[in-house]
Amino acid sequence: MRDRVCVAGIGETEYRSWGGITDRSEFRLACEAILAACADAGLSPRELDGFASYANDRNDAPRLAAALGCPELRFSGMVWDGGGGGVCAAVAHAAHAIHAGAASHVAVVRSLCQGEYGRFGRVGGRTPARQTPRAGIPPAFAYSLPFGLLSPAAMCALIARRHMHEFGTTHRQMGHVAVAARSHANRNPRAVMRDRTLTLDEHATARIIADPFRLHDCCLETDGACALILVSADRARDLRRRPVHVLAAAEGGEGAWGASLYTHSAPAPAYPSSNAAPVARRLWAMAGCGPGDVDVAQLYENFTGMVLMALEDFGFCARGEGGPFVEDGKLRWPDGSLPLNTAGGNLSEAYVHGLNLVVEGVRQMRGESTCQVTDAEVCLVGGGPGVAPTSALLLRRG
Amino acid sequence: MPYLPADLPRILPGRDDAPWWDALRRHELVIQQCSACGTWRHPPVPVCAACHATASRWERVSGRGRVFSYTVVHHAVHPSLAGRVPYNVVLVELPDAANVRLVSNLVDVPPDEVKVGLELEVVFEDLEDVVLPRFRRARTS
Repeated sequence: MRDRVCVAGIGETEYRSWGGITDRSEFRLACEAILAACADAGLSPRELDGFASYANDRNDAPRLAAALGCPELRFSGMVWDGGGGGVCAAVAHAAHAIHAGAASHVAVVRSLCQGEYGRFGRVGGRTPARQTPRAGIPPAFAYSLPFGLLSPAAMCALIARRHMHEFGTTHRQMGHVAVAARSHANRNPRAVMRDRTLTLDEHATARIIADPFRLHDCCLETDGACALILVSADRARDLRRRPVHVLAAAEGGEGAWGASLYTHSAPAPAYPSSNAAPVARRLWAMAGCGPGDVDVAQLYENFTGMVLMALEDFGFCARGEGGPFVEDGKLRWPDGSLPLNTAGGNLSEAYVHGLNLVVEGVRQMRGESTCQVTDAEVCLVGGGPGVAPTSALLLRRG
Repeated sequence: MPYLPADLPRILPGRDDAPWWDALRRHELVIQQCSACGTWRHPPVPVCAACHATASRWERVSGRGRVFSYTVVHHAVHPSLAGRVPYNVVLVELPDAANVRLVSNLVDVPPDEVKVGLELEVVFEDLEDVVLPRFRRARTS
């Protein structure tokens, strides 16, 4: 599949803090993002014959195909579980379907209207008081909810604290991830946090959410949607935008990871990690390159500490060295050697469950980012860390 | 008073894990162990990942434990936790059951004294319709 499939279009709605979009439904936002992506690509929505998403997105393929007047639905892909870990896998499934000839024009979409449907950060809070494990809630929740392990912040805090214990990682090191993202968002007119600056000291003294994570270690919660249109490399040549190649894609993780975000049962050596090491190995093998070939990266930041582990797992530094690796400012555009999350990411642009990170990766490969890395040719996108499946993409300038 | 409010959401036991919760009602901490190869596993699952046997037993363990990781939660995400923060959540390793960790709470350790490596012992908290295994500092060696 290497280089045989392209991103031909990207589309976004506006991004607002959760509850900030009150005049349209989550489904309408999904449709608007897809329509925008089709317009960007220069193709009719009626040409779409497939849809892919992840994290149990509510806007299912049959409903989208009907709403958009697609003559035939040939592919519908949904990544099992893993929340934002599945973001790059959804793109990969679309690419595989195209490469296999199962579909020709596939939209990847994620839409969140948390004012309409409830906040992610209240995941335990909206769980009914007593229910059976068959009601769409992970059975593993039985072993975390009664002990007050309700939020993704607290779950990832347990992983981060273990990383601090084993490797001496500090909260200040995590701050470099947040501050870089915010400085990038300050240049991005679409970013929810475009007008708010952030310093390392402000990061260090903000209110505690779940120790070691303070406010700015945690992703935003956002209303908004974005979408990408994938087509074959041959088809992409006929469309209006410069194509961006899917150089490589991989998904999964450690076999024993399971629902470790709830159970924390991942085997000891891998426990304080992003679970992306197995994904990274296959990603680099498929692409025929390595971390040294990456010009710019978009790594999913549910929480800052997890990004340090993802940098290790993708091979930018050795295990346990994610903290020291970021201290010299290398994540920060324009002078850093590895500009990270150049639109502001989940921390400061918007939390569209990471699909906005893929969109920003495409912009970088087109040369259209508000923090454009000069002559960038390869962008790594890493999906949600600490879960299974997690996933990753390498995008290449066309 | 229980360490955390009794009305936090709960998932009701299913066919694969009812014996674990039943043992707690007797104030026994048990861990599922493969009948064929002896591998421990938790939370309960119907197949041994090491040898694929489906037969298992529920072995009572001493209740001793050690903090593997922890967090102190300051932001209440459930209505019943308002006024109950900060509270700790700990991952407890069990010396009696290799590679098993329990998510639990320390009932007698202030937030700034929770540390990786603390030696613990189980306590059973009786709620109206369930017994939860929580931990305190070890009092016996």
